[in-house]
Amino acid sequence: MIEVRNLTKKYGSKAVVDNVSLKIAKGGITSFIGPNGAGKSTLLGMISRLIPRDAGEIYIDGQEISKVKSKDLAKKISVLKQENHINVRLTVRELVSFGRFPYSQGRLNDEDWKFVDEAIDYMDLREFEHRFLDQLSGGQRQRAFVAMVICQNTDYILLDEPLNNLDMKHSVQIMHVLRRMVNELGKTIILVVHDINFASCHSDSIVALKDGKLIRHGSVSQIIETSALREIYDMDIPIEVINGNRIGVYFS
Amino acid sequence: MQAKPNKEGHATLKQTALGSTGFVSEQPRQNYHVSPQVLWAKLLSLFLLAALCIGLYMTIGVTDWGFALPRRGIKVVAMLLVCFSIAYSTVIFQTVTNNRILTPSIIGFDSVYLLIQTLIIFLFGSMTLIQMSKQTQFVMNVGCMVLFAVLLYSWLFKREGRNLYFLILIGMIFGTFFGSLTTFMQMVMDPNEFTVLQDRMFSSINNVSSDLINISAVLVILTTLYSLRFFKFLDPISLGRDQAINLGIDHSRVVNRCMVVIAIFVSVSTALVGPITFFGLLAANLSYEFMRTYRHSFLVPAATLISIIAIAGGQLLVERVFTFSTSISVIVNFVGGLYFLFLLLKGAKA
Repeated sequence: MIEVRNLTKKYGSKAVVDNVSLKIAKGGITSFIGPNGAGKSTLLGMISRLIPRDAGEIYIDGQEISKVKSKDLAKKISVLKQENHINVRLTVRELVSFGRFPYSQGRLNDEDWKFVDEAIDYMDLREFEHRFLDQLSGGQRQRAFVAMVICQNTDYILLDEPLNNLDMKHSVQIMHVLRRMVNELGKTIILVVHDINFASCHSDSIVALKDGKLIRHGSVSQIIETSALREIYDMDIPIEVINGNRIGVYFS
Repeated sequence: MQAKPNKEGHATLKQTALGSTGFVSEQPRQNYHVSPQVLWAKLLSLFLLAALCIGLYMTIGVTDWGFALPRRGIKVVAMLLVCFSIAYSTVIFQTVTNNRILTPSIIGFDSVYLLIQTLIIFLFGSMTLIQMSKQTQFVMNVGCMVLFAVLLYSWLFKREGRNLYFLILIGMIFGTFFGSLTTFMQMVMDPNEFTVLQDRMFSSINNVSSDLINISAVLVILTTLYSLRFFKFLDPISLGRDQAINLGIDHSRVVNRCMVVIAIFVSVSTALVGPITFFGLLAANLSYEFMRTYRHSFLVPAATLISIIAIAGGQLLVERVFTFSTSISVIVNFVGGLYFLFLLLKGAKA
């Protein structure tokens, strides 16, 4: 379980994350939604220790993350940012093999390479494994990064807007992969999504943020609902149920 | 299709997550784009070429072996130290700052060294210094350099939203600023003290400060041993700060230690042969181009060997072909400067 207590981050005098407390149960997909500037990515960044916090506590499986060695934490929690610009020219396989670093410290043994093989195959990247990242399309590159995270084999996986810049087909593909990782590998996945309908169709629970504050946390039917969405987005969004999925019609 | 998680919590999968029917061939898969065998072969050929250059440099045109060998020997030892220091510090620097254009000397590390040296003589006078041995002084300079460089540059690189072109600009300005400050102090200095300073400052490959070779060698070896403790972190750090932290690396601690190592290496090379601004850039980038790998255990030796080839080969040319009518740092800076422009223009297009 991930537990966040009174977490705050300020830039200057403005609190971008303001006294947020939150519990995320093990297993399942949790989506962070909210308008631009709500503090979703900052919250995710602090939980994954990429962004230093100003106040508050973060516990992963009962341990405060600042008290755990970074190396050990890297075996428990992994994070993927929305922009992954890498200066070095790497093939897909080389990138994925970095996921074993917390275990191998750079000296990969046969077992590590087996993990690499499986992660690549799991993401259906075998035919691209010797291609350089800059020779791939956006969707393929995103899959390569997800494969690296799979290879890191952590219980918790944090993704910052993994659907950014992906077309519909690849977005759905990534969400299906995440669902399978939850069901088959028992992962806990937390992601930031912009499109409420992706959050609605693929999440187990949704966390809504606005102006740095946590305003709602609940199941899909509690959040994807006109009055809750009005509170989050200041917008009236009618909800239709289509094939059992709650879809917000916000285009007009 | 059902996965069975084993002890490690990792499942054996029979089908891919995207639902394709999977794969048949089970021949061994090549792990790296350039295989280790090829990398070793490349290193070996560089090593042979470097050994050839040094061998020629030591032996060409010798008439009196007893006279020539020790003299050239000292130059060669200095060259080796300088080449290793510059190559290693440049590669580390480019890795921790995630760029392939900036080098410690382009953003003014070596002018900081010269400034510190001048400042010490300016403030305390040459008399105190004359009583001190050159070695003690050198160690003192290195100490100041480490302190100063770490403070200044860790501040510079830890600011948020660091932009490469902003850093080039700041670095150039710092370099020029420290350079002018140095010249200014030399102008107002007592001429006698300036003579003392001049003796220490204007070393070049033809005029190596031989008193410093022993202490430099010790310093380089100790620093290298120290750096081995975090050498393995360099590969993941080249993926960028966020990925490095994700992979469990204490990023800021490693970067700070790298800055210490860089400051020491720059001090050594500047003290021995003076500043050669674009040399590190050339050596590091040629080694990336030639090795085509991201692995530092191959990049650092390759960059060192390439710089030895460049310096020993170049020095051979300067001494035998141009008969000392030009100096190697002029040639290196000319070629390196052109290459720097090329990298900037190429980077701007991408």
